[in-house]
Parts: sequence; structure tokens; C-alpha cells
Amino acid sequence: MSTNTALQPSTSTPRRRKVRVGRIIAWIVLALAILIILFPFWWVIRTSLSTQKEMLANPESLLPVGFTTINFARVLGQVDTATAVAAGGSGQKINFWLYLRNSIIVSVLIVTGQTFFSAMAAYAFARLRFPFRNQLFYLYVAALMVPGIVTLIPNFLLIRQLEWDNSFLGIIAPSILMSPFAVFFLRQFFLGINKELDEAASLDGASKFGIFWRIILPISGPPIATLAILTFVGTWNAYLWPYLVGNDESVRVLTVALAIFRSQTPQGAPDWTGLMAATIVSMIPTLVIFLLLGRRVVNNIQFTGFK
Amino acid sequence: MSVQAVPVPQTKTRRPAWARRWLNHETAVALLFILPSLIGFTVFYALPAVRGLYLSFTDWDMLSNPTFVGPANYVDMFQDKQFWRALQVTVYYVLLNIPLQTALAIGLAVVMDRITKSTIVRGLFVMPWLLPPVIVALVWLWMMDPTLGFINNTLEAIGLSRLPFLGSPAMAMPSIALINIWQYTGYTALLFFAGLQTIPKEIYEAAAIDGARERRIFWSITLPLLRPVLVFVLVTTIIGSFQIFDTIAVTTKGGPIDATQVITWYIYEYAFNRFQMGYATAVSVILFVILIIATFAQMRILRSDESDLA
Repeated sequence: MSTNTALQPSTSTPRRRKVRVGRIIAWIVLALAILIILFPFWWVIRTSLSTQKEMLANPESLLPVGFTTINFARVLGQVDTATAVAAGGSGQKINFWLYLRNSIIVSVLIVTGQTFFSAMAAYAFARLRFPFRNQLFYLYVAALMVPGIVTLIPNFLLIRQLEWDNSFLGIIAPSILMSPFAVFFLRQFFLGINKELDEAASLDGASKFGIFWRIILPISGPPIATLAILTFVGTWNAYLWPYLVGNDESVRVLTVALAIFRSQTPQGAPDWTGLMAATIVSMIPTLVIFLLLGRRVVNNIQFTGFK
Repeated sequence: MSVQAVPVPQTKTRRPAWARRWLNHETAVALLFILPSLIGFTVFYALPAVRGLYLSFTDWDMLSNPTFVGPANYVDMFQDKQFWRALQVTVYYVLLNIPLQTALAIGLAVVMDRITKSTIVRGLFVMPWLLPPVIVALVWLWMMDPTLGFINNTLEAIGLSRLPFLGSPAMAMPSIALINIWQYTGYTALLFFAGLQTIPKEIYEAAAIDGARERRIFWSITLPLLRPVLVFVLVTTIIGSFQIFDTIAVTTKGGPIDATQVITWYIYEYAFNRFQMGYATAVSVILFVILIIATFAQMRILRSDESDLA
């Protein structure tokens, strides 16, 4: 390219300038996109740290108005009802510690169960020979294409008939044993693992379960972690199912609690400062996981994408 | 991702084939490995699908037993103006959401590909996607608040008039589309970005040597070679869009009037407010059929099975 420039200086100079302008525009576009992505997060923080009354008087301020942490104290149930009502609350008992705990219980159980049992099935599909293996696998793959709304009502009816509604069991039951996507995703990985590893272990006297536990699972750390993160995000974010079968306070998860909190309008309008504080509480676990493992999620998006 | 065929080693049969298949140790072990997932699959995927189909031919209020009514639910559905309205509203939402979101995502992916491969930038892009739709909806409900919302205050500050956003029938659906575009564009851009990494750089170099301009390169090289990713993104985002629910549940609840009464909200209303389980499952069966047709149509139109790279 440098010889090219030397030979034709007249054409290369404007082109190079054009490229530079293009790059500046590209950076501006990117900066704007990042600003649009980040601004709502700032607005949530700014609102949650504002005093309700002062914020209503000064809604334009980009900074917290009348800086306070009382909104966090009241969504976490740290102040008495009178103080909460004075700060703009509805006076209803809200305790996000409880909902946070419930969300964690549900997510941990589903992520652990679904990942482990799906990995077992994926191992069988990838490595073991048994009758109707491929037919069964295609059935699983077909289930991948059935939208959630189709099985939602029958599953709801089933949970009701089993009287598992308003229990953790009812919330986790449909997801804890498998997800078609998890089986499909892990099988693809297990197929790529060198078979000589299993055969060597087999010659050393390892059982099929020993191979699965000591060789396949440890080797598949990265894909399993990726899958676990995706499952966690999906479970943590789910709203409709836990709302339908887990509305009872004792098992209510964060998303459901937030939707209920939003529909309470103590002073004619929703309690925005409290709501935004509650929103931050609900975001924290996802953001912590993201800060710890975000690099993995981001770098794996290309193939997790092709689900 | 193509489903890889597993090479099955040729075995010399001594006993009858069926006996070997059923009686050997490996089958028993495999059954143990499959069992938990098979229970989950049967109880919560396969049987509900069959039961849903059956219920769609019944009348059931959950108090008495379901009574078989034949195709009556489907007949009622096709005669219900609200059903057609719900379909229309859903399609309107998909059209507001998908083209803009996809175009923005491709644009951002190309920009990122040109100037930065920073993990931090890509990390920022996925952040909205990681959040629960319920939370995203709440945050934007607050940002779009008619009197105190940030957006309206800004509009007023720069001399424009305030907008009702989610409060008016005309603006409610575009506002919901905007919320979801905010949530999913970054993630979609990363999918396209990953797709761009698979395009060999020599093709661009060759085009540059031939004197092709930026715009020409984009339309003649980048976009055609992105097609497999494009098909995947369109198929999954359109399926997702057709099932939008959480955002509407938190913000408009189908209103104002019926401006945001999408098909999933319509199903929800019939199932869980009117307890007409048979009718609601019939609508969900029709939604499933629509999604299958939409998916195959896209794959056909976009020739997903062919690649321009080979």
C-alpha cells in the first residue's frame, strides 16, 4: 500500500482524510449509543437517592435531589411504617430481603438442577448407544421450537392439580429437570471432545458415570459456565410463570414483587423513589455476576447466539 | 448450528440385533443418564403440548370438568373482532420493533468492527439485555412519565411540547417498541459483530484494491455474507416479539383502550381473568401455527440453507 501512496499522492490524500472523518463519526455514533445505554441506569440511581418531596419539586435535576438513602432502607424493611409513609411509601409491608432470598433460592435450584440433569442427558446423547437415541434427541430439539405460551396454560393447570402452586416446588418444577436448549447446547460440545479420552479412562476401569464426572464435566467447564449464566439470567428475569404459580408472599420472587409494588399508588402516582431503589436491589445480583464473569458471556455470545 | 451426525461404529452381530440393543449394559446406563431429563421433558413439554391441543377443543372454566365442544373455540375465535384486533396490534408491534432494531444493530456492529474490539464496550452493550424486562419496563415507565419523566422535562427544556407516550392509544405501542429496542439492540449488535468476525479480511482488501467504496462494500460484501446471522437473528427476535408480554403487563396492561392488547395479553385475559381455559389454549395453538409459518417463510425467503462464503 505504501508504494501505491507514493505513486499516486493526489488520490490517496483525500481518501485518507475521508477515512479519518469516517472514524470520528464512528466514534461519535458509538459514544452516543453508550450514552443511551447508560443514561437510564444513572437515572435509576439518581431517583433512588432522592427525597421524594424534593424530587417532585425539582424533577429536572440530573443529580439526586435532597440526597438520602431512606428509599433503600424502606424497601429493605429497615424503617417503621410511619417513616416509610412519610417518605412516600404506600404503608404496605414490603420486604425486598425476602423477595431477594426467594429469587436466589429459585435461581440456584433451577440453574444447578437444569445444568446437571441436562448435562447427563447430553452425555448420553453424545456418547452412549441406546435404542431410539436419535429419535428422542430430535423430539427434544422439536421442543426447542415450541413457544412458551403454548405449554404455559397446561403446565399451570398441572401445577394447580398437583397443588404445587404457591410453593417453590411449583415454580421450579418445569425447569429443574431439563431444558431442550441446555441438552442441545451441551451435546454439541460433548460431541467435540476427543473420544480417546473416554476410551483411555474406560481401559483404566472407569465407569460411564466416572467418565462423565471426572472427564467430560471438568473438560467442559467454559461451556457449562456459559450455559449456567444464561440460565441464571433467564430464571432471575422470569415474570409470568412465578407470578402465576408463586404469588404468595412467602415464595414471591423479585420480578413479581416489583410489578406489585408498581401497581400500588400511594399518593396518586407510583412511589418512584422507592420503586427505583427496589429496582437497584433487584439488579445487583445480575450485575455482580456480570462483573465477575461478563468477559466470558461477551466472548461466548457468538455461539450462544446460534441457539 | 448444524446437528452433527454421530458416527456409529460398525459392530459385528452375534446375537440378534434387537436383543443386543435392549439387553446390554450400555442401554441401562444410558437410561439412567437420560431419565431425569426424560421425566422433565414428558411431564412439562410433551404432555402439556398434547393436553393443550386437547383442551383447545373443550370448554373449561376450571371448576367443573372440561366438556368437549369440537372446533367451537376456533370458530368463536375467528368471529371475534377482538382476536383480529389483537393479531393486528401484535403485527404492528413486530413491524415497529424488528426493522429498526435490526438496522440499528447492524450499524452498531459495523461501527464496532471498524474502530474497537474492546470487551468493555461489548459488555456495556449486553447490559440492558441481562436485566429483567419487568425492570426495564419500570425504568422507562418512569423516564416517560407525563409530568415528572426525564424525557418530557427534556422535551420541554428544548422548547418542544410534552408527549403522552404510554398514555395515548397512538403512542403507546411505539413507546413499548422503543423500550424493547433499548433492551435488545446491543445484544443483537453483538450477534452481528460476531458474524462480522467470520468474514475473511482478504475479501475486504480485494474490494478496496478494486476501488470499491464503503457503501458498495457494505451492500455487496458485508450484508450478503452476514446473511446466516441475519436469518438467525430475525427468526429468534421475531418469535420473541410475537410473544411480548412482560413489558405490557408492567406498563399499559393492554390499554389505553385496546391499543397494546397483543395476542399474549389476549390469551392471558381469557385464561386467567375470565377462566376460559379451552378458548385461551385454542388461541395459543393458533399463535404457535402463526410462528411456525412465519419461521419457515423467513427461512425460505432468506435462503438460510445456503451460504455465500463457500
